[in-house]
Amino acid sequence: MTTLAIESNIQTQQRKPKILWYVSDAWIMTQRSVRHITRSMDQLMSVAMFPIMFMLLNRYVLGGAIDTGDISYANYLFAGIFVQTLAFGANYTTINLAVDLQQGIVDRFRSLPMNPSALLVGHITADLIRNAISGVIIILAGLLVGFRPTAGLIEWLYVIGLALIFSLAISCLSAILGLVVKSLEAAQWTGFVVIFPLTFISSAFVPTQTMPTVLRAFAENQPLTHVMNAMRTWLVGTPSDNSAWIALAWCLGIIIISLPIAAWLFRVRGK
Amino acid sequence: MLNTSTDRAIAVKDLKKSYGKLKVLDGIDFEVHRGEILALLGPNGAGKTTIVRILSTLLSQDEGTATVNGFDVRREPGAVRSSIGLTGQYAAVDEYLTGRENLEMIGLLYRLGEQETKNRSQKLLERLDLVEPSNRRVKTYSGGMRRRIDLAMSLIASPSILFLDEPTTGLDPHSRITMWEIIKGLAATNVTVLLTTQYMEEADRLADKIIVIDKGSVIAQGTPTELKASIGPDHLEIIVKDDDDFLNTLKLFETDVLQNDPKRRSLSIITKNGTADLKKVLSMLEESKIIIDSLSLHRPTLDDVFLALTGHSTSVEAERQTNASTTL
Repeated sequence: MTTLAIESNIQTQQRKPKILWYVSDAWIMTQRSVRHITRSMDQLMSVAMFPIMFMLLNRYVLGGAIDTGDISYANYLFAGIFVQTLAFGANYTTINLAVDLQQGIVDRFRSLPMNPSALLVGHITADLIRNAISGVIIILAGLLVGFRPTAGLIEWLYVIGLALIFSLAISCLSAILGLVVKSLEAAQWTGFVVIFPLTFISSAFVPTQTMPTVLRAFAENQPLTHVMNAMRTWLVGTPSDNSAWIALAWCLGIIIISLPIAAWLFRVRGK
Repeated sequence: MLNTSTDRAIAVKDLKKSYGKLKVLDGIDFEVHRGEILALLGPNGAGKTTIVRILSTLLSQDEGTATVNGFDVRREPGAVRSSIGLTGQYAAVDEYLTGRENLEMIGLLYRLGEQETKNRSQKLLERLDLVEPSNRRVKTYSGGMRRRIDLAMSLIASPSILFLDEPTTGLDPHSRITMWEIIKGLAATNVTVLLTTQYMEEADRLADKIIVIDKGSVIAQGTPTELKASIGPDHLEIIVKDDDDFLNTLKLFETDVLQNDPKRRSLSIITKNGTADLKKVLSMLEESKIIIDSLSLHRPTLDDVFLALTGHSTSVEAERQTNASTTL
């Protein structure tokens, strides 16, 4: 057995401003989470398979029976499926955080001379990357089933920008859920219990006009509908309203409120 | 070293921690000198893990002070974290990463720089016999391999103080012995090790000093030898064939006889250097033509110590009684 030379690790630390260290820690954590995407079958499936499955089911099973007025169902549906995919992708932070907390690796991170909240940043950034991949896949799948966007470059940039901010907002909420739930099973259920109702009681798959009053009031005023309506306007030119601004306000509001809560929860959990 | 005024690597004073009405730690005091291996010995739920979590800044105490490498765990958690390595009760590894990736990730997070991280990772993998599986995902590792990669992750920054929380719990005997050799090797490199264990044998083999903990209090401390001596000296037990021989034997050893039992025809003799005395006694008995039934050397074990101190052993029953608090 050879022995390692003992040097004080403090001396080996290079001098760097705190904020740069934070960025570098967060980047290491992001790399870790991104490796999880490509190595976990479960995650790969949800990145590529589920969005396509939903697209096909809605387009061909339900699509024929839904009246979307002037625009084709494929064009109507796209924004809904797109936002749903982003929401589910961003929900992975819940599951991944719950797994980390259960496996004890969080204790190791906490005992390192880094700011442990870099772990949150890593999971959230990985969600963004996962959603970017899913986003491209869903656009290609949409084009195959008859989605014909009329958007120009500027509109596409708006769509991408809002998609990123929306994904970030859902990830922040997911982080809170991941820190609150007590088990992995519970973490997996939150996606179904929270995100399914939100995407169904919205303008994702059917126009809201046919819903009963109470549902319709909810559907028309919840953030996902605003995100979908704004994207629909940009992508296929449905009549524009102030949905984009409301969507942006919702997303930024969620981020500003939930990020500090998540960071605080992460600090106090287990203490 | 940063704090030259003292050779104390760890100093704990009147440490208290409660969860509601449940007192987990009820005033713990101890010190560990540099380069020592200290074992916190006690049954499940005694408070061992709580102490480790407080010392590694994962948990804050209600009362009392603790310094690690001269830094207060409450006021200077960052400096404490830079001085320590922690291997928790459950292997804190990332199953989706390979062994090497796990190790390098931690090296970078310790801010060792890319090249230094790579060099140290390679050395540690060699030292802990993990080169062969190093590019496989940890998911495929055996229990012993997991513990070793976990330990490697704690060692990558060459911490001067290492916390090992039940490092061999759940390992097979072979992996356990490998782990013991590694831990012994660490102490030889002047690393201070604080380990917790429920196994007497582990504490006996590894520790320079043992602190026995039960229900949140220190009930004894000392070297393994001191603790065992506190129970009584080593003794030889002789059982002879018949009553005449019994009386003869009593006469033969006279003042050295610790106790005797005529019914069983057995007597105990105090001994200071066990095996050498064993030979001497045997030849003395032979010369006097005493026929013996059995002759055995008895050494107090740490189990005896624990039983004597607490009135219960560290066995499963003890675990059951305190199981309510084990998850803390």
